[in-house]
Amino acid sequence: MKWEFKNGVPIYQQIVEILHMRVVNGTYPPGSRMPAVRELAVEAGVNPNTMQRALSELEREGLLASWRTSGRFVTEDKEKLEALREQLGRQYVEELFQNLRELGFTDDLICHAVQIYSRGEINDSLV
Amino acid sequence: MSVLFECKDLVKSYGSTQALRGVNLQLQSGRIVGLLGPNGSGKTTLIKLANRLLQPTSGTLTIDGEAPGTGTKAVTAYLPDKDFLPDWMRTDGLLNFYQDFFPDFDRERAQTMLDSLDIPKNMILKKMSKGTREKVQLILTMSRRAKVYFLDEPIAGVDPAARDYILRTIIGNYQEDSLVIISTHLIADVESVLDEAVFLKQGQIVLHQSIDEIREETGKSVDEYFREVFKC
Repeated sequence: MKWEFKNGVPIYQQIVEILHMRVVNGTYPPGSRMPAVRELAVEAGVNPNTMQRALSELEREGLLASWRTSGRFVTEDKEKLEALREQLGRQYVEELFQNLRELGFTDDLICHAVQIYSRGEINDSLV
Repeated sequence: MSVLFECKDLVKSYGSTQALRGVNLQLQSGRIVGLLGPNGSGKTTLIKLANRLLQPTSGTLTIDGEAPGTGTKAVTAYLPDKDFLPDWMRTDGLLNFYQDFFPDFDRERAQTMLDSLDIPKNMILKKMSKGTREKVQLILTMSRRAKVYFLDEPIAGVDPAARDYILRTIIGNYQEDSLVIISTHLIADVESVLDEAVFLKQGQIVLHQSIDEIREETGKSVDEYFREVFKC
């Protein structure tokens, strides 16, 4: 997931979302040491204090743990990571339904469309 | 955290025109602050006062508790909004120049950055493209281990890739406990790099708030909010 920021939403919240994704998908593997704050800030093109704030949020959630001298590490707690994966998945499904309902799709049609898409027949008629 | 920059009832007039009309401002260490305002709002005047290129008409301005002068110049790094170095100088000569003038200049750091941009040691400023010249001047400024950095329009007039390079150089090199003040009207580009925004309008401060607070409260980017406040 790229470092791209939308208007009108605090930047640190958007960094938290990107970090969530990266922890779940293994960009930062369980038990690995996170890059330094300054390094991440330069990579993302954001203020180091903002990056620090986002990292603290992940610490608060127990996804990262910091050891006084050796740095900040990704949790090895599989259940925690699995719970986050599920939570993010649920969010995407919710968004999908919201958007398609707004387009006037019924829930049945949405489920049907998802099946068609997963079979790689996206150009087929959805009905 | 400590106050590194403070203005009290600061006024600067040029003849009958008031460029700054009673500015009160306190900025803390460890922050990157955007001094944002349209042309003629007083941004450059404020920075010139801080670097003692101008004298206040009334009121005070202090840097780490001291009025601008020789003492404060030793701890402030200043990037003016115009080319400020003799254009016949070569890059290695510029490094010598900075090393002679500023004890806090980290020559090795500057050299590494110049090397990574493949800028030859014997290239003179005059022969460089505008983008390269801006980068060289920024590298010299950011290679000082200063308490306060004043960057006046550091990204004006350069292409988006050079802007990106300049902003990343700022974030990657300022001292953690120092204060960085960036004046610009190119807000969309600097927004994610800032802690706080100071909006200047006709010589007065109309807003001083953290970037994420502005985004949260207005539901807009700082750039969009700026356009609203300064609508012509």
